[in-house]
Amino acid sequence: MSKFRKKKSNELPAVNTASLPDIVFMLLFFFMVVTVLREDNLLVQNKLPKADQVEKLKKDRSVYIYAGKPSSRYQEKYGSEAKIQIGDKYTDITNIKFALTEARQKLLPELQDKVMVALKVDEDTNTGMVTDIKQELRDLNMLKIIYITTPGNEISQ
Amino acid sequence: MARRATPEVNAGSMADIAFLLLIFFLVTTTIEKDKGIARQLPPREPPTDEQVKIKEKNLFIVNVNRSDQLLVEEKLMELKDIRQAAIAFLDNGGAPSGTAEYCSYCKGNRNPESSDNPDKAVISVQNDRLTSYKMYIAVQNELVAAYNFLRDRESERLYGWKFTEKSKDLDEGKIKGEAAKEALQEKLETVQKLFPQKLSEAEPKKSGQ
Repeated sequence: MSKFRKKKSNELPAVNTASLPDIVFMLLFFFMVVTVLREDNLLVQNKLPKADQVEKLKKDRSVYIYAGKPSSRYQEKYGSEAKIQIGDKYTDITNIKFALTEARQKLLPELQDKVMVALKVDEDTNTGMVTDIKQELRDLNMLKIIYITTPGNEISQ
Repeated sequence: MARRATPEVNAGSMADIAFLLLIFFLVTTTIEKDKGIARQLPPREPPTDEQVKIKEKNLFIVNVNRSDQLLVEEKLMELKDIRQAAIAFLDNGGAPSGTAEYCSYCKGNRNPESSDNPDKAVISVQNDRLTSYKMYIAVQNELVAAYNFLRDRESERLYGWKFTEKSKDLDEGKIKGEAAKEALQEKLETVQKLFPQKLSEAEPKKSGQ
């Protein structure tokens, strides 16, 4: 009988951590694959309005337009009036057409006709500015737009 | 020369290195969440003298002023009430039964003073240039919600599923097979035709005009 008792030891066995690197690597690869590094450097404040009746944006065929007040670190230089940003720089309303055509040329050729303009506009901006942008878009015949929003609802707040 | 066995590389710090990389990617990752309200702008057409006539009763006018107040059909309204008001207007079906314009699936009040049928009903939003974008989106969101509510109701009656859920599935690629996709697309269009989204946007006036 005492034969069996011998094996019992009072110390807990150490947890085997040999597979830890494998687990960490798996996580690492997951994040490496899903990561999209930010393309545009935001120059404007961008607190998006809330909405819940939304559709998904198809990223491969979209051009972004940002609008809002300049970010706090740029306000000294550019003032606090709302501005439009396309790509990495501020754009004037009269210059929008040129900037948009340029941005469209960066897309895949077969998708250039189906281009969708994603408007990322700060919630404190005036609607007038958005209207001006839309008029320019109509001139360019880029008629599909999407107002990017964050999930939520204005009423339930 | 005695052959020496190559010493094994110590892999003990591998986990640490991997952790460092992992933390870097964890921090820099922004999982894409770009969603929004899609709109189709009206194309620029040469101006014509022809005026499209819409009867007063088929028009639901939403006016947003510079201090973000709502005037719906000439009455002040809170944002939370606009969805119900829009549903009541779209679903009214005021055309008398027997006429070509009669709406058989409407469940509204059938008030002859309001819209004839959903196909005729137009919602017109007029903003001031100084309206905040936040309010603009909130109003658009409520109006789309009204359409979605009615479309959900009709698709549940006809096919037993919700319009919004199925169109989301289609967007996210959850529907497999070309035939299934087309069949669903067709059904979605049928529902869309029952309540076509007729949201018009007037050119905003400058404040004080």
